[in-house]
Amino acid sequence: MDKMQPLRVGRMRSLRAAVLLSALLLPFGLAHAGKTLEQIRQRSQLVCGVSTGVIGFSSADSQGKWSGLDVDICRAIAAALFNDPNKVKYVPLNAQQRFTALQSGEVDILSRNTSWTLTRDASLGLHFTAVTYYDGQGFLVPKKLKLTSAKQLKDAEICVQSGTTTEKNLNDYFKAQGVRIKPVVFEKFESSIKAFFSGRCQAYTTDASALAFIRSKEAPKPDDYQVLPELISKEPLGPMVRRGDDEWFAIVKWVIFALIEAEEYGITRGNIETMKSSANPAIARLLGGAEDSGKPLGLDREWAARAVRAVGNYGEIFQRNVGGDSPLKLARGLNALWNKGGLMYAPPVR
Amino acid sequence: MTGQRLRRFALQAVLAAGLALLLWQLVAITAANMHERGIHSGFGFLREPAGFAIGESLLPFDSADSTWWALMAGLANTLRVALPAIFVSTVLGTLLGLGRLSPNLLLSGLCKAYVEALRNVPLLLQLLAWYFVVSDLLPVANAALEVAPHLFLSKSGLSLPWFGGQAGAWFDLPLQGEMAVTGGAALTPEYLALLLGLSLYSAAYVAETVRAGIQSVPRGQSEAALALGLSRVQGFRLVLWPQALRSIIPPLTNQHLSLTKNASLAVAIGYPDLVSIANTTLNQTGRAAECITLIMAVYLIISLLAAWASAWLERRTGRWTRHS
Repeated sequence: MDKMQPLRVGRMRSLRAAVLLSALLLPFGLAHAGKTLEQIRQRSQLVCGVSTGVIGFSSADSQGKWSGLDVDICRAIAAALFNDPNKVKYVPLNAQQRFTALQSGEVDILSRNTSWTLTRDASLGLHFTAVTYYDGQGFLVPKKLKLTSAKQLKDAEICVQSGTTTEKNLNDYFKAQGVRIKPVVFEKFESSIKAFFSGRCQAYTTDASALAFIRSKEAPKPDDYQVLPELISKEPLGPMVRRGDDEWFAIVKWVIFALIEAEEYGITRGNIETMKSSANPAIARLLGGAEDSGKPLGLDREWAARAVRAVGNYGEIFQRNVGGDSPLKLARGLNALWNKGGLMYAPPVR
Repeated sequence: MTGQRLRRFALQAVLAAGLALLLWQLVAITAANMHERGIHSGFGFLREPAGFAIGESLLPFDSADSTWWALMAGLANTLRVALPAIFVSTVLGTLLGLGRLSPNLLLSGLCKAYVEALRNVPLLLQLLAWYFVVSDLLPVANAALEVAPHLFLSKSGLSLPWFGGQAGAWFDLPLQGEMAVTGGAALTPEYLALLLGLSLYSAAYVAETVRAGIQSVPRGQSEAALALGLSRVQGFRLVLWPQALRSIIPPLTNQHLSLTKNASLAVAIGYPDLVSIANTTLNQTGRAAECITLIMAVYLIISLLAAWASAWLERRTGRWTRHS
């Protein structure tokens, strides 16, 4: 926070008051005048904006240790930069705070299950980097209602948590169907699911990844509830960075691509040391055994190898946080690799 | 103008100019920095369609209406809960305040217990408690309790007949639908819990204000009233109360204002008040600075209006008991 410059004080330089005034206004000056990467290196810590608690994506345990898919992206970047995935400071942000925190420079990266949309990408002074999870909005309903489709939710009251794209999707979907519904909007996740499970609403809506967890962990009797088949929206989730720092933007993007490519080549945490001497030139390049892939990014040749060693490839990250080894038990679905029927495709590291 | 007065005036003018400059700098620098970072700003988004639905609204609202209208619907919803709550809390609080001064020990004890209990538990907790008690107790919406013909009570709230509805009909009658009760007017559990919570909480403060106001009138006044041959009730009505009112009204206005501001806790229990809708807008558009400014401006305007009304009322009550 050393290079703050108050703007537009030139006009009143003659006034003695300007001295006092600019001192007063210093805190409003640019907070990210320096390069993001330089600042991160200087404090040898990545500041990562995460959620206030979404199991599988970013949540803290009782010891305050953060884990999740979004958290692992930050850990991978920290490992690529410092060879230490623990050099990350996590800043929990609610849906209202998240963009402002990134805009103002409070965090270096926003890795907080945020959907990539045009408005967010083009008007907030922020960039989406890459998609780390393809999600979609769905509905959880009590089995008692004997519903088979979301289209039957006529006149239903639907519980929803505010501060997401969810409310707009809900409106778009039912408007297109010509069906009237009533949203009941809560600020806190806990209140919204408590209201739903107490029977206040006939349906609960949020991203499908969260519905599975809510049903299995929060429902008084999971078997009394079902997730409807429809996904009513596209929710590509991914980390964001500030505009105007292309080098940092590239680093975040390519660390994610490297994790996906590592899965494609079968590089795991377990076999990475033997893979380093692989005869496959693409693998050797990714792991720093051939030409230096880190140089164009301003990193060293081992950058991708360190990231994979710290958190595993994308498939391992998925499996550990939201897949079979996690309480969420989500199927890979859209998040499988492109050559296995999914959408995960990384441009080549070369 | 004498020299001293001129100097004093100049000092005031310099201070005012300095303050204006500071504010202007704040706005200009914020705008410049936002522009620098590629953050779009301005209030143009208010004219765009809102794109989200509002669960309950006093004003007719459709998601195709403008964001501006959505915020107005939010403001109307805030007033829809704040004004009745102000009325209920004032009446209940006054009764409680009088009760605390009653010579009947049981009555004054009960009133004291009420005040202490309600005043010392955070309002947010009270609202959540009311809300979840109400919604846990009531039957689900597809099996509503018909307490009287066309009067349904369920987790969806209280549905009652209301004017209008289908073309040609005088009344719109609520009916049990497949999912929930449809038609008529509905007071949702969110609205009822908020109204109840705000009224009961605020009544405790009103009670204390009323008690303090009455006790601030010197004892000699009531003794004098008795000596003049007025009954206890007459003495209270004609001598004590008008004097007490003078010290009750200013803190009472504060209490009503804080009730209105506390109505923003609605977001916790799902009632679409101004703050809730502004939050949603903020998230759809990403215009944080603009939305927060709007909320602050609206509450400031409400507060200033209330302050003026209170000042007017003070002058009116002051007529009866002017100090020398």
